[in-house]
Amino acid sequence: MRNIVDVKGLACPQPVINTKKALEEIEEGILTVIVDNVAARDNVRRFAESQSCTVKVEEDNGDYHLEIAKGFSCEVESKPMEAKGNDNIVVYINSNLMGVGDEELGRILMGAFLKTIIGAEPQPKKIIFINSGVKLATEGSEVLESIIEMEKKGIEILSCGTCLNFYGLKKKLRVGVVSNMYDIIESLIEADKVISP
Amino acid sequence: MIVGMERAEDAGVYKLSDDLAIIQTVDFFTPIVDDPYMFGQIAAANALSDVYAMGGKPLTAMNIVCFPIKTMDISILRKILKGGLDKMKEAGVTLVGGHSVEDSELKYGLSVTGTIHPSKVLTNVGAKVGDRLILTKPLGTGIINTAIKGGMAKEDSIEMVTRHMASLNKTASEIMQEVEVNACTDVTGFGLLGHAFEMIQGTGKGMIIHISNIPVLPEAVNFAKMGMVPGGTYRNKEFRINQVDIDSALSPYLIDILFDPQTSGGLLIAVPGKKAQKMVKRLREEGIEDAAIIGEVMEDSEERILVR
Repeated sequence: MRNIVDVKGLACPQPVINTKKALEEIEEGILTVIVDNVAARDNVRRFAESQSCTVKVEEDNGDYHLEIAKGFSCEVESKPMEAKGNDNIVVYINSNLMGVGDEELGRILMGAFLKTIIGAEPQPKKIIFINSGVKLATEGSEVLESIIEMEKKGIEILSCGTCLNFYGLKKKLRVGVVSNMYDIIESLIEADKVISP
Repeated sequence: MIVGMERAEDAGVYKLSDDLAIIQTVDFFTPIVDDPYMFGQIAAANALSDVYAMGGKPLTAMNIVCFPIKTMDISILRKILKGGLDKMKEAGVTLVGGHSVEDSELKYGLSVTGTIHPSKVLTNVGAKVGDRLILTKPLGTGIINTAIKGGMAKEDSIEMVTRHMASLNKTASEIMQEVEVNACTDVTGFGLLGHAFEMIQGTGKGMIIHISNIPVLPEAVNFAKMGMVPGGTYRNKEFRINQVDIDSALSPYLIDILFDPQTSGGLLIAVPGKKAQKMVKRLREEGIEDAAIIGEVMEDSEERILVR
C-alpha cells in the first residue's frame, strides 16, 4: 500500500504531526512525505527514525521526498528478498593512499579503486572519509570527479569534521557533507557490509 | 548616546547626566503557551530581560497589544494583561499606559524604560581572555515549545518550561552588578551560540564551551531526536556553523540545543576567572539553581567557538 502526505508550505512542527498521524493510520507499509525545506526534511526523518522506521530521502527540484517504511516489510516491494544483506554497503576510507608501500603506487591504486567502485553492483550506500582520507574530497584532489559522480548516483559522501579541521580543509570540502563520529559510528553499526580499501 | 544601533543590542541607553542614563526597549510576540495568564507573564519577563541584561533597573512599562477582538473572547485579553501586570509588580515596575490595535493574530509585549549609572552599563562587548561564561537558565525552550505545539509534550514539561520562561532575570542582574562583570547578553532568538558569538565578534577572541556543564531542560534532547525542532534552530545553526568547531563525538541532538532559539532565556555573563565560582554560588543561593559556568573566553584571532 502506498500513501502520500504533502506537507509543503507548512511550518514546524506541522510536517512531523501530519507524518505522525499518517504513520499511525497504517499497520505497515510505505509512506511518502513531500516537504519543501531542510528543517522539515530533517525533522520528519528524525521522527520516523525515532519510531524505528527506515527512511530514504530523494531530492526533487528543491523538494524532498521521504520514503518511510513502517513495520517488518521494510523493503521496497519490488526488491527480491535475497538482496537483503547487501542493501547497506559502507565504504570506509581512512587514508588518501591505498595499501601500505610506495606512496605513488598508493595514490594510483586509490584513484583506480574510486573509479571502479562507481560501477560496482550492488552500489554502496555511503562512503566515509577519515583521517587523510578527507583530502580526497577536498579542492585539488585528483579523484574529486569520481567522488562527485558517486554523489550524483545517490551515494552519500561523509567526511570527518575533526579530520577536515585538523588538516585545515573545512572550507575546501568540495563534495558531500561534514560528518561527526556519532553519525559515522551509527553508519558503521547499521551497515550490512563495511569495505575498506 | 551610550548604546545605540551599532552593535547587536536589544536596548538603547541614553545618558541624562553624569550619574544617570535611561534604558529603553520594546519586545512583543505571539503566544507560545495556551494559558493566557502565563503567556502574559512570559511576554513581560521577556521584555524586562533586555533591561536586566544591561544591568539596569526597569522603572516603568507600557503594554503593547494586538488582539482579534471580533473572533476572540475579551476575557482572554484580560487574563494576559493580568499575567503581565503581576510580573511587573514582581519586578517593581509601574505600568503607565499602553496601546492596542485590532489584528488577526494575537500579540502582547511591553515597552520598558529603566535607569542605570552611565559607567555601569553592561553590553555584549567587553569580555576578556580568561573570563568564565556563566549561563543562568536551562536551554531547550524552543524545542519544547515546538513539542507543545505538536501536542507531544506532557503536562509536567509544559509546566516546567513555562515556569522558566516566566522567571525574571532580575536577581541574576542584581548579583551581576554587585560582582562587577565584564559583559552580558540575554539568550534569545539566536540561541546560546548565536548570542555567545556576538560577544566575541570583531574582538580577536574565541571561546570554549563545555557542553556537559550546560543546563538543559529535561526532555529537550528527546524531543530534538523526535524532530520537534523549530525552523529557527536550523537557521541559527546554518548561520553560525562555520565559526563553530564541534567535537565530532558529541550527539547532534545536543548540538541542536546550543542553537535553539530561546524565549525569555537566561543571561550569559562573562566574569573574571577568579570571581566565577563565587558568583555561581551566590546565584544558586538566591534561587537561580541552574546557574553554571559553561565555558571560557580565549585568545583566538579566528574568533571561533570550540564546543567540547
